[in-house]
Amino acid sequence: MKALKFILIGILFGIVMTKSEVISWYRIQEMFRFQSFHMYGVIGTAVALGALMIWGIRKFQLRDIDGNPIVYIPKPKSVVRYIAGGTIFGLGWAMTGACPGPMFVNLGYGYLVFAVIIASALLGTFTYGLLRDRLPH
Amino acid sequence: MQSIIEIISQPWSWYFAGSLIALVMFLLIYFGKTFGFSSNYRILCAACGAGKFADYFNYDWRAQIWNLLFLVGSIIGGWLAATYLSNGGSVQLAASTVSDLSSFGLAPPRGMQPAEIFNFHFLFSLKGFILLIAGGFLVGFGTRYADGCTSGHAITGLSHFQWTSLLAVIGFFIGGLVMTHFILPLIFKL
Repeated sequence: MKALKFILIGILFGIVMTKSEVISWYRIQEMFRFQSFHMYGVIGTAVALGALMIWGIRKFQLRDIDGNPIVYIPKPKSVVRYIAGGTIFGLGWAMTGACPGPMFVNLGYGYLVFAVIIASALLGTFTYGLLRDRLPH
Repeated sequence: MQSIIEIISQPWSWYFAGSLIALVMFLLIYFGKTFGFSSNYRILCAACGAGKFADYFNYDWRAQIWNLLFLVGSIIGGWLAATYLSNGGSVQLAASTVSDLSSFGLAPPRGMQPAEIFNFHFLFSLKGFILLIAGGFLVGFGTRYADGCTSGHAITGLSHFQWTSLLAVIGFFIGGLVMTHFILPLIFKL
């Protein structure tokens, strides 16, 4: 059951990504050409409701299922890694039309070429691990 | 029941989809976790023994196995949606995008993805190698350099009003806009 719930949440995620067409290369092109509100609407709604949710969690000091306080651990302070890393990610996002999650959703959808794209992305992550100490952070 | 399936088999609106993504984030937070998909790429590398080559992969990745289960679920979700919740329609792409993409030699959408791009024949061509294999590499490299992807930064980070995530999202758009408007036209001309 402990394991099953994460699989179920993942299934929900995969269905939402598919049914909203966020996994589509076409939709990503449309977004980067500012020719439709769709992607901005999806992300904007998630962020607006997410922010409301986080506000509520802090305001009422809500706890998680195990009774632990819900805390967000901020990411390390930096400018260069977020701009540089983000830009590299964005270049790849516009090429493959898929960010890390939708790559796997596409595989499930039946686009088997994504197995190769995912392998290449894993090689990218591995290469980052090798070069990390030499990159500005 | 049949009509419910028919209704959810249509493409979902942005507000419905966005609300459900917020729900996914809420459920993960409620179960004591966080919403950040690209951590899985680090976990998978670590699980395959990448720690022998780089310290970045020497960490307690087993504590993150829940995220791999989420990943497995996302594959199943994609399959379920394609198999049981699809009405076989094509992406209702903006007419201006259809017109722009025709200059790349792409036909109007006939499914979820451009058939011209997402097939093995294209993948092993020069264009396909650059677009999909190099593109995938950049996603995997960039997402870990930026310490997060669309879920970890654009959704989770911005929901927490994090400056660092705003910087990452600005980066996503710098890269995406440069690729879309300046580099993709060159790649498709090859």
